[in-house]
Amino acid sequence: MQHERSAAVLSNTSLARRAWDIRRKAVRMGKVQGQGYVGQALGVADVLAVSYFHALNHRPADPEWEGRDRFLLSIGHYAIALYAALIEAGILPEAELETYGADDSRLPMSGMAAYTPGMEITGGSLGQGLGIAVGMALGLRAKGNPAFVYNLMSDGELGEGSTWEAAMAAAHHRLGNLICIVDFNDQQADGKSTETLSAEPLPDKWAAFGWHVQRVDGNDLDALVAAFNTARNLEGDRPRAIVCDTVMCKGVPFLESREITHFVRVEADEWQKALSVLDETRPE
Amino acid sequence: MTIQHRYDPHRKYEPRQPGTGGAKTSAMIASLAAEGYDSVSAPFGHALVDTARNDPRIVGLTADLAKYTDLHVFAEAFPDRFYQMGMAEQVMVSAAAGMAREGFVPFATTYAVFASRRAYDFIAMAIAEEYLPVKIVCALPGLTTGYGPSHQATEDLAIFRGLPNLTIVDPCDAIDVAEAVPAIIDHPGPVYMRLLRGKVPSVLRQHCPHYKFELGKAKLLRDGGDALVISSGFMTMRALDAAVQMEREGISVAVLHCPTIKPLDTDTILAEAGRGTRLVVTAENHTVIGGLGEAVAGTLLTHGVTPPFRMIGLPDRFLDAGALPTLHDRYGISTDAMIRQIRGWL
Repeated sequence: MQHERSAAVLSNTSLARRAWDIRRKAVRMGKVQGQGYVGQALGVADVLAVSYFHALNHRPADPEWEGRDRFLLSIGHYAIALYAALIEAGILPEAELETYGADDSRLPMSGMAAYTPGMEITGGSLGQGLGIAVGMALGLRAKGNPAFVYNLMSDGELGEGSTWEAAMAAAHHRLGNLICIVDFNDQQADGKSTETLSAEPLPDKWAAFGWHVQRVDGNDLDALVAAFNTARNLEGDRPRAIVCDTVMCKGVPFLESREITHFVRVEADEWQKALSVLDETRPE
Repeated sequence: MTIQHRYDPHRKYEPRQPGTGGAKTSAMIASLAAEGYDSVSAPFGHALVDTARNDPRIVGLTADLAKYTDLHVFAEAFPDRFYQMGMAEQVMVSAAAGMAREGFVPFATTYAVFASRRAYDFIAMAIAEEYLPVKIVCALPGLTTGYGPSHQATEDLAIFRGLPNLTIVDPCDAIDVAEAVPAIIDHPGPVYMRLLRGKVPSVLRQHCPHYKFELGKAKLLRDGGDALVISSGFMTMRALDAAVQMEREGISVAVLHCPTIKPLDTDTILAEAGRGTRLVVTAENHTVIGGLGEAVAGTLLTHGVTPPFRMIGLPDRFLDAGALPTLHDRYGISTDAMIRQIRGWL
């Protein structure tokens, strides 16, 4: 089966601009609802920009195309971020952004496969995505389909035992077509993840489980591009992990400097202020 | 201040006295003893192989229990379609969900305790909520091992009945097991099937030569005017044996076999239970909480059908270790215990 580059990947729009657009769309959705996991969305926007506009093979007009790379959102509450990326990629119409979190919307607050084109799985019960990714990677290999499976998970999910069952299974079954991206923003519901249930030294853990592992600044586009290239082009059949250290609320300094929590509180008047801040930093 | 905590192990249970010998605990892999019936070896494994020959979508996954769920028969026939996932039930069912997303029809096997207790959230969210065609087939349902509560899945039906989208099958014998395999493959959604493995008795056609398993259908195996037993799993074998014995005493017992626990065949149950004023008795290899008995009771009450009603099933407690015949008699699911109970209620 042929690999192909999507029109979005081939466009001249810079990844910096894509990431900025993803941030702006996420904040607009947060403004619609007056709430949302916008801190995570701002933090992971660069990872999503590199995923959807550099790494993934996909056809925006045909999100179920058999040859697509699968992108699994294990962290259901990051849906606001993925919707922004799916809209930016042309998989969802931009107007639908106004329905985020509303009754009967295709964009519920937590990501679910049955609701949204381009949403591969129902995440949210944390620690499930990587196991499903193992099965999809096994299935793709059995079909002779060269597509990759990407699983985007959070540092908090590293506390779930099922994550490590899946990590063992991926290495045992030699799933070189599986790439696990860990968004390491060092936050989970009750506080800093390193103080809640520390997964450090994290790269050592992945390596000990038989994975190829990289750790990069998840808000450095060049570093992300290089890491994704390495993961995709690596010889051999080890599964690949990319630990991305990200900053919650990245790109909106007055939120970045706020005492960061898992669920960032944004006052009613601050959504517009956040959009204004972003507008002042629009890249080409 | 020094805090001294001491757990009192006898808050709930009296200390056990030293044993005096008796029937021996059966091995985990033991087949269900059934006198007077022929048996079939590994009906699940062979039926799966037969079906898989013409259906390349079928794959098998297990959590270190291929030999104990008869999936080894499939593994030997189709080594490239068999996935050993190790002692890791969560990733086994998640991976089964992933393979189903890629167009496969995965059969995932383990013991019923591990699927229902350990892997539940993964079955709920990755499989049932997504209506994926994963077939979870589990050995040691209810009280089919003497190893004690760690292996006795006495509440698996109660756990799974509350899960939307999930079809639940509790087969009686080798015929049910074998015929359920293609039936649950044809069903487009997820299925939980209780498995009888090893040498499995062939019961139903001996009593009812034209019997056929149909998913979602209850079947009247014999008629009778004094009592109607509505049963699933091997308790249908017990009900048939009891009915034959009670007939000699002049007690006429009908048996309605209900191998699909969910969705329940309410039409047939209502029609049979509403016919006359027979005593209606449910019989299940499961706690009386949340299984077939309560499902039937709820159906009858909701529809205003109120015959005299009793339930045969396991008590609401963690059960003893020991030999299966001893335990079946102790907890009221042996043929003799069934007869004693029905006779007492008539």
